[in-house]
Amino acid sequence: MELVEMFSWPFMQRALIAGVLVSLCAALLGVSLVLKRYSMIGDGLSHVSFGALAVAVALGITPLYFSIPVVILSAFFLLRLANSGSRMGNDAAIAVISASALAIGILVISLTTGMTTDVDNYMFGSVLAMTGTDVLLSAAVSAAVLILFVLFYHKLFAITFDENFARATGMRVELYNTLLSILTALTIVLGMRMMGAMLISSLVIFPALTAMRLFRSFRGVVLCAGATAVLCFCAGLTFSFTNSTPVGATVVGADLILFLLACVVQRLRKKN
Amino acid sequence: METNELIVCRDTALGYEGRAVLSGLNLSVSAGDYLCVVGDNGSGKSTLMKGLLGLISPMEGSIERAVELKNGAVGYLPQQTRAQKDFPATVYEVVLSGFLNQKGFRFFYTAAQKTAALQAIGKLGILELKDRCYRDLSGGQQQRALLARALCAAGRLLILDEPITGLDPAAAQDLYKTLRYLNEKEGMAVVMVTHDLRSALENARTVLHIGKKSWFYGTVEDYLQSPEGRRFQKEEQ
Repeated sequence: MELVEMFSWPFMQRALIAGVLVSLCAALLGVSLVLKRYSMIGDGLSHVSFGALAVAVALGITPLYFSIPVVILSAFFLLRLANSGSRMGNDAAIAVISASALAIGILVISLTTGMTTDVDNYMFGSVLAMTGTDVLLSAAVSAAVLILFVLFYHKLFAITFDENFARATGMRVELYNTLLSILTALTIVLGMRMMGAMLISSLVIFPALTAMRLFRSFRGVVLCAGATAVLCFCAGLTFSFTNSTPVGATVVGADLILFLLACVVQRLRKKN
Repeated sequence: METNELIVCRDTALGYEGRAVLSGLNLSVSAGDYLCVVGDNGSGKSTLMKGLLGLISPMEGSIERAVELKNGAVGYLPQQTRAQKDFPATVYEVVLSGFLNQKGFRFFYTAAQKTAALQAIGKLGILELKDRCYRDLSGGQQQRALLARALCAAGRLLILDEPITGLDPAAAQDLYKTLRYLNEKEGMAVVMVTHDLRSALENARTVLHIGKKSWFYGTVEDYLQSPEGRRFQKEEQ
């Protein structure tokens, strides 16, 4: 009965719809990102998106309208950085960008509105953050991500498994890498309000890691990652409602439990 | 270009950012050829490979390709990447991805392509591995899976980049045997960059030796008489 009561709240309905959609997208894209060793890009993007959000609030612009272009641009840039053998080292360069974006965000907030509960909400997420517009936008973007993912599934597989081969056989690898990073950027911007800048990248990484431990085929991994993500989000949301915990951390907690279980299953399988 | 020629390089210069790594290259690969590209590190072997694959365009001269090789229909066997070592995908999924270049604007594979993928897997003798996970295979089995994928991508030319790197001697011999079979029985032209000169000379029919100063391009018999080839034999003894 508690469940019925829980979803009689409009804000919970919004959180559920947007959260499920965003988790699903994040997990699907995450499989490619994790396998391509781009996990850090997700993390970098979430920090950039925090900075962008802070600036948008300070300027009085609707956050999503400002963050989406900024984060997409950073996605381009981070991808370039990850692919180039830059002198600084790719991971170091991404870490520099993450920390700078975070610092700029905090500076802007403290100089304008001051460190309020808002900052806390941006960092660690809030279930109340989703407005009706956010939900509509999430639904639209998620639908786009899902459609593109299904249509380009085989091509994404090819560039994930072997970029060199894909390039040699005439595929436009850069185009698909860019597509992947734009979709990731969108997913992260949408999910950040609820999950928090510190935690959103786990939505990208955890389901993929869990699924990779359980399945042998790429298709199996993709499907399992999607299912894991949705399951963990629903479990996390319910738990956070009944126990008044922050939703972002609770969802990540659920993801962590499932990941550890998957590790145990993998161990047991190897022994047999 | 004659009808059975697949790739012809004429006075080709290849390089990066305006600096030529290789120049004055004349080379022709025809149907059924077996060419080994050998040479010291840094002599431009991988640059040549990129040129043959069409990943870089020649700075001078030309590289002509037969019509059937256009649109990337080359059977390329690249060096393994780090990400592939623990990649969750079945052999079948990997092999099927060789058809991507023929999909054009279609998004899914056809039934004929699925059958052909199974045939390619069978040709390489790994049919019983088709549902196994790529990361669980041995190095030699992984190479076979990638070779099957290359067969799906192209019917007449295989380009291999250091294919025996990381294989134990038995697996390497197996791979050479497979290549020879594909070359002799299926008429597949093979171009292979390799460090393993001894086996290359046992298997190939023509050799391209890229040295820092000197070049050799000709049959294996002539190569053994040439200064480059003699130096190699001396090193062997």
